Amino acid sequence: MRYILRRLGFYLIAAWVSLTLNFFIPRLMPGDPASAMFARFKGMLNPEAMAAMREAFGFTDEPVYLQYWTYLSHLFQGDLGTSVVRFPEPVTEVIAESLWWTLLLAGSAVVIAFTLGTLLGIVASWQRGGWLDSIAPPALVFLGAFPYFWLAMLLLYGFGFVLGWFPLRSAYGDDVTPGFTLEFVGSVLTHMVLPGLTIVLASLGGWMLSMRNTMIGVLAEDYITMAQAKGLPQKRIMLHYAARNALLPNVTGVGMALGFVLSGSLLTEIVFSYPGQGYLLLQAVQNQDYPLMQGLFLAITFAVLAANWVVDITYVWLDPRTRVR
Amino acid sequence: MAEPLLSVNNLCVEYVTPAGPVRAVDDISFEISPGEVFGLAGESGCGKSTAALAVLRLLPPPAVITGGSVLFQGEDVLAMDEAALRRFRWRRLSLVFQSAMNALNPVLTIGAQITDVIETHERVSRAEAWDRAEHLVKLVGIDPMRLRSYPHQLSGGMRQRVVIAIALALEPPMMIMDEPTTALDVVVQKEIMRQIAELKDQLGFSILFITHDLSLMIEFSNRIGILYAGKLVEVAEARELFENPRHPYTRGLMSSFPPLRGPRRQLTGIGGSPPDMLHPPEGCRFHPRCAEALVQCRTKSPELQPASANASVACHLHHEAER
Amino acid sequence: MVETADEQRAPARRAPGFLSQLLRNRKASIGLAVVALITLLAILSPWIVRDPGAFLSIPLQPPSSEFWFGTTGQGQDVFAQTLYGARTSLWVGFLVGTVVVIIGTSVGVAAGYFGGAVDDVLTTLINVFLIMPGLPLAVVLAAYLPAGPLTLAFVLVVTGWSWHARVIRAQTLALRHKDFVNAAIVGGESHARIMFVEILPNMTSLIVSGFIGATVYAIGAQVGLEFLGLGDVSVVTWGTNLYWAANNQALLTESWWTIVPTGFGIAIVGFALVMINFAIDEVTNPRLKAEGAWNAKLEAARVKPGFSTPVLRKADG
Repeated sequence: MRYILRRLGFYLIAAWVSLTLNFFIPRLMPGDPASAMFARFKGMLNPEAMAAMREAFGFTDEPVYLQYWTYLSHLFQGDLGTSVVRFPEPVTEVIAESLWWTLLLAGSAVVIAFTLGTLLGIVASWQRGGWLDSIAPPALVFLGAFPYFWLAMLLLYGFGFVLGWFPLRSAYGDDVTPGFTLEFVGSVLTHMVLPGLTIVLASLGGWMLSMRNTMIGVLAEDYITMAQAKGLPQKRIMLHYAARNALLPNVTGVGMALGFVLSGSLLTEIVFSYPGQGYLLLQAVQNQDYPLMQGLFLAITFAVLAANWVVDITYVWLDPRTRVR
Repeated sequence: MAEPLLSVNNLCVEYVTPAGPVRAVDDISFEISPGEVFGLAGESGCGKSTAALAVLRLLPPPAVITGGSVLFQGEDVLAMDEAALRRFRWRRLSLVFQSAMNALNPVLTIGAQITDVIETHERVSRAEAWDRAEHLVKLVGIDPMRLRSYPHQLSGGMRQRVVIAIALALEPPMMIMDEPTTALDVVVQKEIMRQIAELKDQLGFSILFITHDLSLMIEFSNRIGILYAGKLVEVAEARELFENPRHPYTRGLMSSFPPLRGPRRQLTGIGGSPPDMLHPPEGCRFHPRCAEALVQCRTKSPELQPASANASVACHLHHEAER
Repeated sequence: MVETADEQRAPARRAPGFLSQLLRNRKASIGLAVVALITLLAILSPWIVRDPGAFLSIPLQPPSSEFWFGTTGQGQDVFAQTLYGARTSLWVGFLVGTVVVIIGTSVGVAAGYFGGAVDDVLTTLINVFLIMPGLPLAVVLAAYLPAGPLTLAFVLVVTGWSWHARVIRAQTLALRHKDFVNAAIVGGESHARIMFVEILPNMTSLIVSGFIGATVYAIGAQVGLEFLGLGDVSVVTWGTNLYWAANNQALLTESWWTIVPTGFGIAIVGFALVMINFAIDEVTNPRLKAEGAWNAKLEAARVKPGFSTPVLRKADG
């Protein structure tokens, strides 16, 4: 329990650093930050609205530390400004709509890739020197050396255009109405296949190698020799003695890798015009929509921090040594 | 003379390294009878743990067994396939590791680690296996409530007892104990050894006892084998070894530690250092460090030959004397 | 036997041994050869290919004998762009790798060596940057700065330094308590001298693999940011090649040749660098090598490796 709380404390610090970076970055860049940030709003907002927007980011005539305070108070009220891309929607609303799609796509892809990669890693370490151990890792690593969005383009081209097996864009068909119907769920699933497959293929090599290497380290431990000495069936040794222990550092590794895999999945969304945070990020960059960009930075960062905390809780569940009696 | 339980004959074990093979165990032979405690002593790196693990074929790569036979109750362990080995292990010969903390699986409860070996080898229900586990831990002086604990929740001494309990689970005729008390402090050490002695008297199993602590060994063993650089240099009954050590190395070991009582005398260590196992010395492996080396010690390797009714020694000095 | 002073001194002379061993490793030599070849082609590209920016021919022509990789949506030579694009992508990659190693090593050694409050602060800093996802931060930073390779290099250093710092810190902690370091402290050596002369040489392999890892990260992340449009789109790089290919509707027009070569360029360089890192692992982990010799011996005797110690007797069973 103490461990979980300590981790939460760390994530709160990281969140605070992000907030603070978010405040300072525009101010540290060359030029007048306010005019850069709000250049695109000229002509779109009346003077009162413009002033409100500036205040949301702390651009008042006060000294810096008071500006910071203003910025924070607006932030905690959920005011991240207005977006250019979806003017006049507030940034928080724009982000909220797309956040769920990113969580759905990236979340399921990571779970599938991790599970599959872990199983492959266990089998590869079991058959040291076998075909799975010699062929799969280099092949998967080579696959992972391609940029995520490049693999996305290839899959989209091959399975989407040429073969026509899967849809080419969006999270669900244009002719389907959202709701808890089988039709809608089915449409969502078919639209997730190609982008999800991209993310899985790009990250699989990493997960497999990681588990394989940890397994090899664990297999050298004394408790494995003892398990062999006990004459236990090989399956029990591999799963309950080796894999359960090798899993622990790999679960920690998921937290580390999440940020990286998420970055890749955001770029994948763009190729498929999947309406998640990634696609929004592209639109923000294309339209110089600074409030939206900064809002996305916070939203994505906080999501990764939260996911890391969930991973930590899972770790405590898996490792009896972290539980206090 | 009863049929020996374990008969190791001309066993050779090599480690395959990129620089060449290292003969960690070179042509050793010894026997252990039912109910006997046989001690295997020697300094670190002499090959005693290698010999012990080789008997169970548990040495990891890059180890290879290159010669000899290991007969347990008449069957050659070296000829067994994986399935036969799995049936043989623990039922007939179990193992107590040196470091109990490392030998226990951190993510399984103590109870699970006892019941899994029982359920693997015998057709019993989970409840029966659990009952037996409770009985076993009581035997080594641990509260059965602790079966639900994880290894990290127990003290060092308790963990060592657990490892002993697990070793007793199938009541094997023989146990190998590899430095069972080295990782513990002296007081706990004495307690554990006392416990082991008691259990041995109660249940009647043999022990292949491995340690570098010679005084402990002499107190506890019936017979002792001294290993040097992968070779057995002396095998004798404990009392005889203590009163009349023959091999120069054994004599060096005996005089290396001070007695608690008696007159003060000069401590003599053994000069030199253990040989490079990649290129061991020609002839007798001990000759570079031996003050009494003869000419032939440099070229001819001495065989282990009987020197009395209760002792054998591999040394040209003594072979000369017998002549 | 008491360890002599010699045995307690740092094995710092390992450095030359490590490099020569590495060069003898097959994975490393192939990887190095590939990277060297591509770097050489990149350097020579202004002289060996056509001008990548010139509008030379009919747009979106498939590969032909005249244009080996076809033409782009603006009639430019894809082959020229692929080779030329390597220039910027590689030098930014190597630059980021170098800077990351310098910063990461300095912070890591300082944290591990000084310990205490210094370590607490630095470790928190490292962990915070490690846990923050790179892309969103990179986007925000790059959006405010003038577009171009140097901006990208800066942004990538900010998002990528912490991994190496963490690795170096861990190793420094492990070395910190070794006898040779304590001896140097007692002997009155200055902190700087201990860190540079005693500790650093023992981390050669980590520094090399950190450089390689950071370079791989930098090349990939660079391409990603440029794909988003944050690079200078008038400069020919692997990332901008893909940006323009996507913008010119490469998929709708089925002009796969505008995408495939650059992708392979990135993957081949990345894979070669990763191979070198695997080789470093093998060289510094003696256990892996020993098993090679063991496997060979078993194969020669036609014995299958199982889970138990194999028996290789000449006589009968």
